[in-house]
Amino acid sequence: MNRISYIAVLVILLVLPFMLGGTYYTNLASQILIAAIFAMSLNLLVGYAGLTSLGHAGYLGLAAYISSWLTVKLGWSHASTAALAIIGTTVIAGIFGLIALRATGISFLMITLAFGQILWGLAYRWASVTGGDNGISGITRPRFFGLDLGEASYFYYFTLLIFLLVWIAIAILVRSPFGATIRGTKDQPRRMSALGFNVWLIRWITFTACGFFGSIGGIMYVYYHQFISPHSLSLANSAEMLLMVIAGGAGTLAGPVIGAALVMLLKNVASQYVDHWVTLLGLVFIFIVMFIPGGIVAGFMRFKNAINAPK
Amino acid sequence: MSFWLIQSLNSLALGGVLFTLAAGFSLIFGLMRIANLSHGAYFMLGAYVGLSVIEAGYSFPMAIFAAAVAIGVLGCIVEWLILRRLAGNSLSQVLATLGVAFVIADCSLWFWGGDPRPVAAPSFLSGGVQVFGQTFPLYRIALVIFSIFIALGLWLLLEKTKLGVMIRASVDDRQMAQGIGVPATKLFSIVFCLGAALAGVGGIAAAPILSVYPGLDADMLPIALVVVILGGLGSLMGAFIGSFLIGFIYSFGQALFPDLAYIILFLPMLIILAVRPRGLFGRITA
Repeated sequence: MNRISYIAVLVILLVLPFMLGGTYYTNLASQILIAAIFAMSLNLLVGYAGLTSLGHAGYLGLAAYISSWLTVKLGWSHASTAALAIIGTTVIAGIFGLIALRATGISFLMITLAFGQILWGLAYRWASVTGGDNGISGITRPRFFGLDLGEASYFYYFTLLIFLLVWIAIAILVRSPFGATIRGTKDQPRRMSALGFNVWLIRWITFTACGFFGSIGGIMYVYYHQFISPHSLSLANSAEMLLMVIAGGAGTLAGPVIGAALVMLLKNVASQYVDHWVTLLGLVFIFIVMFIPGGIVAGFMRFKNAINAPK
Repeated sequence: MSFWLIQSLNSLALGGVLFTLAAGFSLIFGLMRIANLSHGAYFMLGAYVGLSVIEAGYSFPMAIFAAAVAIGVLGCIVEWLILRRLAGNSLSQVLATLGVAFVIADCSLWFWGGDPRPVAAPSFLSGGVQVFGQTFPLYRIALVIFSIFIALGLWLLLEKTKLGVMIRASVDDRQMAQGIGVPATKLFSIVFCLGAALAGVGGIAAAPILSVYPGLDADMLPIALVVVILGGLGSLMGAFIGSFLIGFIYSFGQALFPDLAYIILFLPMLIILAVRPRGLFGRITA
């Protein structure tokens, strides 16, 4: 995308609450941006490092549970809980990375799936801390300069700000020389190794960064819902995040955001007509994987090229 | 004393159930190099199908047979309709099986409702037997014996038949096996179908002790992953030993530390990954 279209998208995002008449749509826009934060962070691992993870909802859960527990049970302030949730989640991501990165490919996927389930099981069964199936409620949204984020449009702008910061951080990361080495470990791990790069370390840093950005999404998630329960950590949720990345286009900056918007819109529209979102999720998953494996962005470009191609 | 005996039997019974689940998973992985994430869903669907057959008035053995056939056919359809079209792209195949798992899980919820459904043990296996003045539930003993027969059958299939030779050859070196004329596509269909049928059988066989509920699939899939990572992918022996190990760890964990049993379950997997990533009996690293 060139500079003009970036500015155009930014302007649209800024005036969106005024165009969308109604709290419902403003909240939906906030949810899409939060989902996009998850998708972008997961994309670091899936798209750039080529390591497909099925445990990303675990970071959502870790960050959300840490911040809710500190707020509700200990009465800490928003700033300190957020900081501790991000640090805690990132450290745990780093520890998981030490184990998960003993494998790549399908085994890596299985291990991350198991991690996700460990965290889900912890949230579900360790009821004395997590409240079990009932979860933890009663987390409030923070206030900034006297602005109450309980108001939908203020919360939207706050989410937009965080989203843009994450976008910029990830854009800088993947365009940096380090970002190039991440892509190198995906395509040619042995050559990278022969060139003297520490492939394992590069992957581990990416894994941990994925947890770091995921934890930011987790905090936004719990601010939005003001509630966290084990259902948010389910395998279906991890799969939904992966679907956003793959559907939009893994390994591109804009792809996961587009994927997040599509999946969230589909989910919201579909839930008005059928109560079986998960069946639809499964079918869309199969469809995308079978027919547009490169994602919608790449699929659209191919389609356009095919039409424009000289006969 | 009686606590240890009863828990040991429970562990063996759970291990037997896990084996029917993990054996197919492991074979499919060894042969096709894909993690079949719909395996837990086949297990649950097998239990539901069996439940419906029993509720229609048929016998328990009939329910097991029906589950095997229904889930086996479903496995064939999934393999033929989806996986074969994605041949050569393991990651896409794995993600497609995840999609299948969601569809099965959600449709089961639709069809059989959200409440847990108990399944009674067959009348000739209900009750208990007296050994050393201790009463053991007969069904669990039968379950252990049943799973040992399945293990024996699979072992004979793999070691003593031509089909088994072809499967083992493909697991060890797929390209070489194809080069000397082993029909890979046909083997994939057979093994996927067999693995699915086994999972279905495991589901209904386990139903009298686990009951059937939405989410059973998501409970069983990670346990199957743990078993095969522990035992070694593609190894029948690994699946067998791994299943009973996990059966013991889970049953005793559940009884001694109920809050943390689910976490303890994953510890052996973490340890094995740290010291021997290919698993106890694994020959392949993926």
